[in-house]
Amino acid sequence: MKRLMALVVVFVSFGMVSAQTELSLWYHGAGNQVERDILVGIIDDFNASQSDWQVVLEEFPQQAYNESIVAAALSGTLPDIIDVDGPVMPNWAWSGYMQPLNLSEASLEGFLPGAIGMWDGEVYSVGLWDAAVAMFARRSVLEANNIRIPSLEEPWSFEEFDAALETLQATGEFDYALDLGMAWTGEWYPYAFSPLLQSFGGDLIDRSSYATAEGFLNGEEAVAFGNWWQSLFDRGLVPGTSQDGADRDTGFIDGKYALQWNGNWAALAALEAFGDELLFLPAPDFGNGSTIGAASWQFGVSANSEHADGANAFIEFALQDKYLAAFTEGIGLIPATASAAAMTENYSEGGPLEVFFELSEAQALIRPPTPGYVVMALVFEKALADIANGADVQDTLDAAVDEINADIENNSGYGF
Amino acid sequence: MQNALTSRPARPRSLQKRQEAIAGWLMAAPVIVLLTVFVIAPFFFAIYFSFTNQRLISPNPTEFVGLRNYQRMLNMRFFSLDPVSDATGNPVLNEEGNYSYPRLRTFTRDNPDYPQLDGLREYTSWQVGKKRLYLLVNDVVFIKALFNTIFFVLVVAPLQGGLALLLALLINQRLPGINIFRTIYFMPVVISMVVIAMLWRFIYDGNNGLLNSLLSFISIGRFEPQDWLGNPSLAMGALIAMSVWQAVGFHMIIWLAGLQTIPGVLYEAASTEGANGWQKFRHVTWPGLRNTAVFILIIITMQAFGLFIQVDVMTSGGPLDSTQSLVYQAYVRGFQKQDIAGGSAISVLLFLIVISISIFQAYVTRERRTR
Repeated sequence: MKRLMALVVVFVSFGMVSAQTELSLWYHGAGNQVERDILVGIIDDFNASQSDWQVVLEEFPQQAYNESIVAAALSGTLPDIIDVDGPVMPNWAWSGYMQPLNLSEASLEGFLPGAIGMWDGEVYSVGLWDAAVAMFARRSVLEANNIRIPSLEEPWSFEEFDAALETLQATGEFDYALDLGMAWTGEWYPYAFSPLLQSFGGDLIDRSSYATAEGFLNGEEAVAFGNWWQSLFDRGLVPGTSQDGADRDTGFIDGKYALQWNGNWAALAALEAFGDELLFLPAPDFGNGSTIGAASWQFGVSANSEHADGANAFIEFALQDKYLAAFTEGIGLIPATASAAAMTENYSEGGPLEVFFELSEAQALIRPPTPGYVVMALVFEKALADIANGADVQDTLDAAVDEINADIENNSGYGF
Repeated sequence: MQNALTSRPARPRSLQKRQEAIAGWLMAAPVIVLLTVFVIAPFFFAIYFSFTNQRLISPNPTEFVGLRNYQRMLNMRFFSLDPVSDATGNPVLNEEGNYSYPRLRTFTRDNPDYPQLDGLREYTSWQVGKKRLYLLVNDVVFIKALFNTIFFVLVVAPLQGGLALLLALLINQRLPGINIFRTIYFMPVVISMVVIAMLWRFIYDGNNGLLNSLLSFISIGRFEPQDWLGNPSLAMGALIAMSVWQAVGFHMIIWLAGLQTIPGVLYEAASTEGANGWQKFRHVTWPGLRNTAVFILIIITMQAFGLFIQVDVMTSGGPLDSTQSLVYQAYVRGFQKQDIAGGSAISVLLFLIVISISIFQAYVTRERRTR
């Protein structure tokens, strides 16, 4: 693993005179040239803008990134600036890998809440972008079947949505009425599906104490969600856990699925295929409001950095609207501020993806900010897969609660 | 030697011996160091961690917890329930005409009358008269992984060994082009298991996978396409078939080596005495392969207990835990769920299982030799 890391690690230096103190920055996006170019651009600008600090970039492939950080933390060789996935941040902050940010008050003004990583009452990380999920649909398909087109103010109700799925399936034009993305195992499950559970009134954990999942993940509302979830598969409305990854990527565009629950990163490809026909609809309201997940990759400062002031200076520098807009234009992410959104083609007023910014602003709910989230996410993923495959709903959710609670107990409450 | 003694002043023999010993140790040193650092030390660490609450990352200090990790995995008890009955004491039948029983969770979750059942879950249950007898376990996933792994070994060991012997007999002939067949059978062994697992995922695909297309072609469309990896009753079988296919070539080569040590004279003698093909195999080939057979059995058993990559790449233990395995669970707990202690406890149990089987197999071998 280490040798592999050494191979992919890319050292970027700009031949600056060594009067500047070096700051190391680790980033998860190795292999993405566009992303790299934008980041290197920011680093270049920062290094040229002042004479105290020089940021040096090292890139990792995403699959190996978290493990590399853990290994570096164990051996005490963390970089000054680290890149962290939003829901994982509390785990690293609690473990003592990260220190709170020290940014000027104005720098976070107008940021989407999902782009700001809070733990223990302090800001530990901040993102230049956020991501959002929407129901991809085609106007003509909905209109042909007399299905109301929902709005942010008036999303589909539970009954309306379920009836729509039945109607679309009954047309016989599609393999499945809805594609949930069961092929995307991993973080997609808690990110995309736990908001549905929250809309039913359940949750992964008691967000007032973060001490127990009892009654939240296995309460009445959660069981109602589980029963509905299972019925989607029983009725053949959605593809199951063995869905082919390629179908997930192209099934909606190929017309195999009538609706698709997907993220803004997939929006451009669908837009190309359907143009104005394409709709990005808000999450249905299952009784407790519509919610979607929030928080993507963010920047933070490592705990043992000797140059925290320099690291903070870089992060603050990177939070300029023009850089936010650059990432958006480059890889289709949602810019973290409205002013940056206005600078982009897709997210500015009237832009084809503007709706994602509105969704993020109106409905985003971050995944539980607790160090235990890492385990919770895995437990929830397995529970959803098992229920989809026909396991008893109540027993499965009970088992998930027990596992989450045992983990919290094993970790002496994770500092709450 | 004599030359050396006469032409040069002889070194004291003890010094020379000591130098040889030092050279020997020096040459062995790289291996000894690597084995110590990467095999022996982690082994003892695992035993130690399994008695603690060690986490992968945590600011909390590690605490000694005794046997708690093992108790959580192995705790099990039997429990029987009476059918639900009406006011007169007659059992109520449900729509299908079966007895109905109260929900287990009313006994196993926070029921002060049954503290011994707290947190337990149903592994399996049987009908005994009017009663329902449950086997309750604390860690259903672990128990499933344990029995899945044992099942995997019990099927794979004879199947893979037998198939390999069959192939070895087939290719142990002097025919033109036989090396081509040897290469073909051996090919999967030299390809990375990860690559093979990825390829077989396409073969087993439920919609338009190769296997479904092939079977439906052979049966002229009468075969119903199966979701091989998505069906709990088929997934384990699918993994077994693929695993046997992958490793059979390796054991075929070992059988082949064994076959070629049997002197041709024995076959000639058998032919002279009028033995037929089966008799030759039964009384010449098989006795000659006995040691090879023992070796192959032990190797396959150990490899099969290490079932991991197929599960990780193809099914992630699902659907419904039908393909969980011990090593996969040790990995999931130790690294994904950051519970090094739990993962270590599984590894230690696996070690105990494998070493007992090896001792048993060694015992059986010794018996045969003295006969």
